[in-house]
Amino acid sequence: MTPDSPTTFTRETAEGAQEMASRAATAPAELQREVGSVLRLPEGTVVDASDVDVERGDDETMIINMGPQHPSTHGVLRLMMELDGETVLRTKPVIGYLHTGMEKTGEELTFQQGATNVTRMDYLSPLNNELVFALATEQLLGIELPPRAVWIRMLLSELQRVSSHLMWMATNGMDVGSTTMMIFGFRERELVLAFFEKTTGVRMNHNFIRPGGTAADLPDGWEDDVEVILDNVAVRLDDYDELLTGQPIFRERMEGVGAISAEEALALSATGPILRSTGVSWDLRRAMPYLAYDQVDFDVIVGTYGDNFDRYAIRLNEIRESVRILRQVLERLPAGDYRVQDKKVTPPPRARIDESMEALIHHFKIFTEGYKVPEGEVYVAVESPRGELGCYLVSDGSSKPYRLHIRAPSFVNLQSLPVMMHGGLVADAVATISSVDPVMGEVDR
Amino acid sequence: MGARAPRRRAPGDAQVSVAGTEVDPASPVLPDVARAVGADGHEVLHPARDRYHEVVDAHRQAGFEMLADLTAVDYLAHPGRVLPDGVAPARFEVAAVLLSVSGRRRVRVRVQVPEDDPVVASVWDLYRGAEAMEREAYDMFGIVFEGHPDLTRILMPEDWEGHPLRKDFGVGRVPVQFKEAPGPR
Repeated sequence: MTPDSPTTFTRETAEGAQEMASRAATAPAELQREVGSVLRLPEGTVVDASDVDVERGDDETMIINMGPQHPSTHGVLRLMMELDGETVLRTKPVIGYLHTGMEKTGEELTFQQGATNVTRMDYLSPLNNELVFALATEQLLGIELPPRAVWIRMLLSELQRVSSHLMWMATNGMDVGSTTMMIFGFRERELVLAFFEKTTGVRMNHNFIRPGGTAADLPDGWEDDVEVILDNVAVRLDDYDELLTGQPIFRERMEGVGAISAEEALALSATGPILRSTGVSWDLRRAMPYLAYDQVDFDVIVGTYGDNFDRYAIRLNEIRESVRILRQVLERLPAGDYRVQDKKVTPPPRARIDESMEALIHHFKIFTEGYKVPEGEVYVAVESPRGELGCYLVSDGSSKPYRLHIRAPSFVNLQSLPVMMHGGLVADAVATISSVDPVMGEVDR
Repeated sequence: MGARAPRRRAPGDAQVSVAGTEVDPASPVLPDVARAVGADGHEVLHPARDRYHEVVDAHRQAGFEMLADLTAVDYLAHPGRVLPDGVAPARFEVAAVLLSVSGRRRVRVRVQVPEDDPVVASVWDLYRGAEAMEREAYDMFGIVFEGHPDLTRILMPEDWEGHPLRKDFGVGRVPVQFKEAPGPR
């Protein structure tokens, strides 16, 4: 390594501070803690001190970049991996390639318009994003929803979980070489998306769950549509089970790969299937129920080993649990209003606008100025398919959020990736990234 | 599911079991820290800046296993916000949400950070998950977390000037130039 060439190159590309520092720059004691991840975990929890070769020079390991343009990174995720032969030592996720300042944009939009913004963050489960924003706004407003609105939200949220997990099954299948699973996953997801299109008008970015309820009622004959989806998915889940669960090649690629312990997952703030795969039964739907989740019957799926296979099994069985919840919703969805009849937040019905000048003015006011939300700050969290999706909302009493912060599960879960990948093979990195299920739109916001 | 031996790593030996446990972690007794109950029903603490780390640590030891969220707010345009007695408002505020998995509770810690010295202690040594969140707060607000191992920009480009979520950072616009119609295709 000539003294000037690499440094000059880094300076020119203005990526200097994103470089991994050379090993010589780190003190040996520090290195012992560091190996395994850029995030240093407490001593003893990640690596055995005797495993660490402090004497190793920089030239024995190689740093390669995986991504940002890589088919297995599910978007624009760049991973800097330090390799010793085929073995991954340290990993550093580099993110921000999809950053579009959505939290800043959120401060410029009224609460009425806000759902159009947040729905674009996690594009695989947009309805959950709308849900958490709506719940936070409603908490600041202090309004109570009619039961039908609550159950419609629960129906959509669970369907979204089914579609998101199916999408994960599909892409994970593609990552580990099961093209059949990819086609299957997309096929079934299409059923759910077709129902969303019928209900909300679009396949994704729905802007359907809004503060005060939903944008519209469910379409006529929705029971039959959902019934068809549930029957189909229930049957085909058994197909997937048969195709993958007992399949030796698939198991070989998933079992024991990308393991993480419960302590590490908790310390790294990992939530969702990652935390549950380590044996911690933490599901916000059960632990801190929102909507009407305390009134339905379902199980929280947990794993044991915290490896990729557990995360696969959790997602597969969570679809089954969602189907179970959806069947209960089908039976029990109450009649009534789909949005709160609070003139402050709800625009008048379309028919009234033709008859009444006041209704027209009211409608115009709500959609131009928005409604004022009392001063305050709240943190609301829901269980998205990827983990805890939180919304920290601050209002200064005007019609726009003073600060809108989304606690994106993928953003936080990515931190556990270096721990999972440490000591594994490069070839397994693909399967491990996939098992974290990062959605880059949400990571970068 | 059959005998399945992990190839490279044994599962965490001390599994944290929370199923069925209803242990309520007693909030640590911190008499001189202002507390309130937020609009969301969670407890909100307002420690002084030099006691922030200590308060978070006390909660961690009392059973709050996870740092659920950490973010900041710039109150430049909204100085007259409601705060409990004895808490002087400053321009920035760091809000950390601590979560107790075993006790099913949340606590929010809000700490005031002045504009002329935007420095606050990092809680990374207590919760490793603070790494990305503190980097994001630094990137977006320019708040320096002392003790953070790698406080660099995370979402914005390395050479970006300014901190975008500050209230005095304007919303940029790229002027759109409408071209002529491209003609018949």
